[in-house]
Amino acid sequence: MKIDLIQPFISAVDTVLAETMETPVTIGGLNMQDEGYRKKGVAAMIAIKGAIEGRVILDVEPRAAARVANYLAGEDITLDAQATRETVCELANMVIGNAVTLLNDQGSTYKVYPPELITEEQLAKEGADTEATVLSFETQHGNVYMNIAMRYFRRRQRERNVVAAS
Amino acid sequence: MKQFEALTRKKDNQPVRYLIVDDSVFARKSLAKMIEAFGGTIAGEAGDGLTAITEYGRTSPDIVLMDITMPQMEGIEAVERIVRDHPEARIVMVSSVGYQDNILAALQKGARHFVQKPVKPDALYEIIRYVLSDEGVTAPA
Repeated sequence: MKIDLIQPFISAVDTVLAETMETPVTIGGLNMQDEGYRKKGVAAMIAIKGAIEGRVILDVEPRAAARVANYLAGEDITLDAQATRETVCELANMVIGNAVTLLNDQGSTYKVYPPELITEEQLAKEGADTEATVLSFETQHGNVYMNIAMRYFRRRQRERNVVAAS
Repeated sequence: MKQFEALTRKKDNQPVRYLIVDDSVFARKSLAKMIEAFGGTIAGEAGDGLTAITEYGRTSPDIVLMDITMPQMEGIEAVERIVRDHPEARIVMVSSVGYQDNILAALQKGARHFVQKPVKPDALYEIIRYVLSDEGVTAPA
């Protein structure tokens, strides 16, 4: 995956986590993943369509989700399972929305869809035939992982045409 | 959360009434907390554009805070339909998707302003004050 596709997502995570966790964020690692992905916390997936298409999974450690939840709620709250899921979906929505904003301002049009929580089994299936890039973001309040699988729509269209012609 | 000087309606000095539209319960709670800090009251809530239209008709709020990406009906279409039936409606888009075309589309359909998530309470307060200042809704200068 080209770095120009990933960069807006990195910038968005940096901006959104710095705001909602009120702490500096560092990139802990960047890996290619071509097998099933094993989540580390609560994960939400958002589909993106446009000049590039694919999906982004935001995987948030519970401690990090608690920090974000306190920010969103405007007070310290006790996070139950449902509130954790809500928090991760909203965080995914903010990160991907901000990333798509950057991509759109580069001149292409993309559409994002509401986030969906994703289970371990769905992740295993999702990752089985998908080449993805996994980024880890470290903060003093817990880590956040972003699994990005995107491809240019034009390339996909060409591949379809080749299949249709053969 | 920081407390703000209360925004009140000029006509009766009552708290401003808000309709919050967002498919995320958590986002609605977050906005409700801010509204509380602004001295406002919640007239209603909706989790999609279609419900927002019904809720607008039912509650006649002073202002609507409207998400864009939602199931069933997205925020921009809901804005168009609400403004068509209620040209006086004051709607502020609150969305993480803040690219120029999206903002333009929302404004063309009748939204009054746009705030990008994550929402900063100070920014939202100033925008609400600005949007409400034109017709009989007031706030401290």
